[in-house]
Amino acid sequence: MSQFTSGFWDVYIGLISLVSIIACAVFLKLQSVRRIETKEGGTATTGHVWDETLTEYHHPLPRWWSWLFYLTVLFSLVYLLLYPGLGSWKGVLGWTQVGQLEAENARIEAKIGPLYAEFAAQDVPALAKSPEAMAIGQKLFLNHCAQCHASDGGGSRGFPNLTDKDWLWGGTPEAIKTTITEGRVGVMPPWGPVLGEEGVKDVAHYVMSLSGLASDSIRVARGKPLFAQTCVACHGPEGKGNPALGAPNLTDKTWLYGAGEAVITETIVKGRNNQMPAHKNILTPEKIHLLAGYVYSLSQGQ
Amino acid sequence: MAAESTYNYKVVRQFAVMTVVWGVVGMLVGVIIAAQLLWPALNLDIPWLSYGRLRPLHTNAVIFAFGGCALFASSYYIVQRTAHARLFSDGLAAFTFWGWQVVIVLAAVTLPLGLTSGKEYAELEWPIDILIALVWVAYAVVFFGTLAKRKVEHIYVANWFFGAFILTVAVLHIVNSAAVPVTFWKSYSAYAGAQDAMVQWWYGHNAVGFFLTAGFLGMMYYFIPKQANRPVYSYRLSVVHFWALIFTYMWAGPHHLHYTALPEWAQSLGMVFSLILLAPSWGGMINGIMTLSGAWHKLRTDPILKFLIVSLSFYGMSTFEGPMMSIKTVNALSHYTDWTIGHVHSGALGWVGLVSMGSMYYLIPRLFGRTEMYSTNLVNVHFWVSTIGIVLYIAAMWIAGVMQGLMWRAVGEDGTLTYSFVESVKATYPFYAIRLLGGALYLSGMLIMFYNMVKTIAGSKAVDATIPAPASAVHA
Repeated sequence: MSQFTSGFWDVYIGLISLVSIIACAVFLKLQSVRRIETKEGGTATTGHVWDETLTEYHHPLPRWWSWLFYLTVLFSLVYLLLYPGLGSWKGVLGWTQVGQLEAENARIEAKIGPLYAEFAAQDVPALAKSPEAMAIGQKLFLNHCAQCHASDGGGSRGFPNLTDKDWLWGGTPEAIKTTITEGRVGVMPPWGPVLGEEGVKDVAHYVMSLSGLASDSIRVARGKPLFAQTCVACHGPEGKGNPALGAPNLTDKTWLYGAGEAVITETIVKGRNNQMPAHKNILTPEKIHLLAGYVYSLSQGQ
Repeated sequence: MAAESTYNYKVVRQFAVMTVVWGVVGMLVGVIIAAQLLWPALNLDIPWLSYGRLRPLHTNAVIFAFGGCALFASSYYIVQRTAHARLFSDGLAAFTFWGWQVVIVLAAVTLPLGLTSGKEYAELEWPIDILIALVWVAYAVVFFGTLAKRKVEHIYVANWFFGAFILTVAVLHIVNSAAVPVTFWKSYSAYAGAQDAMVQWWYGHNAVGFFLTAGFLGMMYYFIPKQANRPVYSYRLSVVHFWALIFTYMWAGPHHLHYTALPEWAQSLGMVFSLILLAPSWGGMINGIMTLSGAWHKLRTDPILKFLIVSLSFYGMSTFEGPMMSIKTVNALSHYTDWTIGHVHSGALGWVGLVSMGSMYYLIPRLFGRTEMYSTNLVNVHFWVSTIGIVLYIAAMWIAGVMQGLMWRAVGEDGTLTYSFVESVKATYPFYAIRLLGGALYLSGMLIMFYNMVKTIAGSKAVDATIPAPASAVHA
């Protein structure tokens, strides 16, 4: 569809809008008539009769109603003088919705600036011990993180638990801040077509053996060389994972999508796509610093 | 041909009966999803019964099945009676009835299956959209063909509104449903991005304006003067508010897209035209209510007039509320909250529902050779049960909506949002319970109507009234 980039369209739609609004008032004025009376002094009917009994009185437009109508037309004209609405006319006030948002944000930031500057001067482990900072951090967490990671940070299927010591991308204060700021994209490619049905089963049993899950020893033996060919690049020769890539440690008891042959097989066959959205355009660096302190604190109790 | 001397009441009867049947079905689905909001486990983990699929079934059933059948029934009745002529084509009229019922049944099957185009109030997939377009064209031919046959020179005001409703809904439906089919049950909109959103809400708001307002005003303009046996208050007001209403409604859609990617100039135009719409909307209410002047006492004894006049009060309330909610600063609070749901239902239950019920109570006995319903007391009970239901429903949603809006925007001293989203959901629970109660009352009123209708029809004989000679015009 055309994007109407020519300046002609601004004039075109602006004129149509203006004429339409004024036409409402003109039409109303033209239709304002006096009461038509019968010879006896009562209100006349139009003389039309339908369906034996249906008739219409010749009452004029109610005065207050006409004034209400004129008033809305007048309001509209004034509004469109002040605000954008007629083609490319920006309005006397220069209002924009983005400008309004920025002004509101700036007002709040100015008010809370000193408070956050105080927290920004402290490092993340120190924030994690400050009850005042953690009260704010929890509110940020509930509004921005709880949708996926749950209100208590316990996570859910496909969304990491933030309260344990197991970190996909590293649990240092710096790593947590990077995760919140830039987001993370974790991709495991699908291996089904490469490994074939038997190969997938063998690798799945080998992976299960890494964390001590019940497994078929023959398949484990067959899976080990396959793992060494296809999986080591990300998960490492011992299957301990790689935080630089977000590749999970396969030797522990933590399973992002659940343990068991069926889930592991599905992961190997289809791969996984996991995304944590970046928050740098949503939260200020000061708020991210505080939030990192809260997330860091979640795993410190253990 | 003997049939030419009588009105075609058969198609009116069919649509009138189905109005009540689909009313019960659509409102039942509404009560079920209201209960699901209170007790989410009620979806029973069955995808077909999940909220997201039943909600469009509810809206389609009440708007297009209940409301649509009421509009077909009343417009076919009114256009014949005020034209003093039988319907233009009995065959095409029968096609509109059966075609419309097939559309409804297809909707009831495809929506729970999850087949949807994803456009609100236009969810049905493209093969059903084509059937709707065919039925609608046939409807237009029957309606305007009958008008062309009229024996009275002037066209009665109710028919102006029905005519505008039929023409505009055809344009709205065809433009907004334009899509590229991928498979038989999957298509993509012909528009993209903000333009798609604008087309959708141009459609969406005019579905309210022409389907749910103009069409039902047509109903009001016949049944109120008939039932009150009084002349319409002002012909001039009819003229002005009709043209002003259909002209301004066309512009109001963008108020559904305040503070979005829609360009600001379009948002502003949507807002100012919504405000200009206030007086034209109220014109219909004034004309209807003032028609009763000199006959107010009839309200005490006539439950049908109660339905019709109270429906106009709700019409007046929601057409005041609508322009107010279109103001950007008000919309910033109300948008996305249950206030919108309250607003819609004050129009839907209060205006569309009550005016249809009143009209059907007038129509049904006359279509079956009787002068009144089996039980006038039950009509009265229905009126009070529904009215109490509406008040509970909309009051609960208003309070819930304003509360949600205030909770979502509350910012603490530390610059964080005071409440998380789920806290606002939790705070809404009591109001969901009140809403469910209100909805259940409204549904039980509809069940009373169903019973009353069955008893009225039982033992009665379907009649087709003979066409009286038009009165010769008497000029005052």
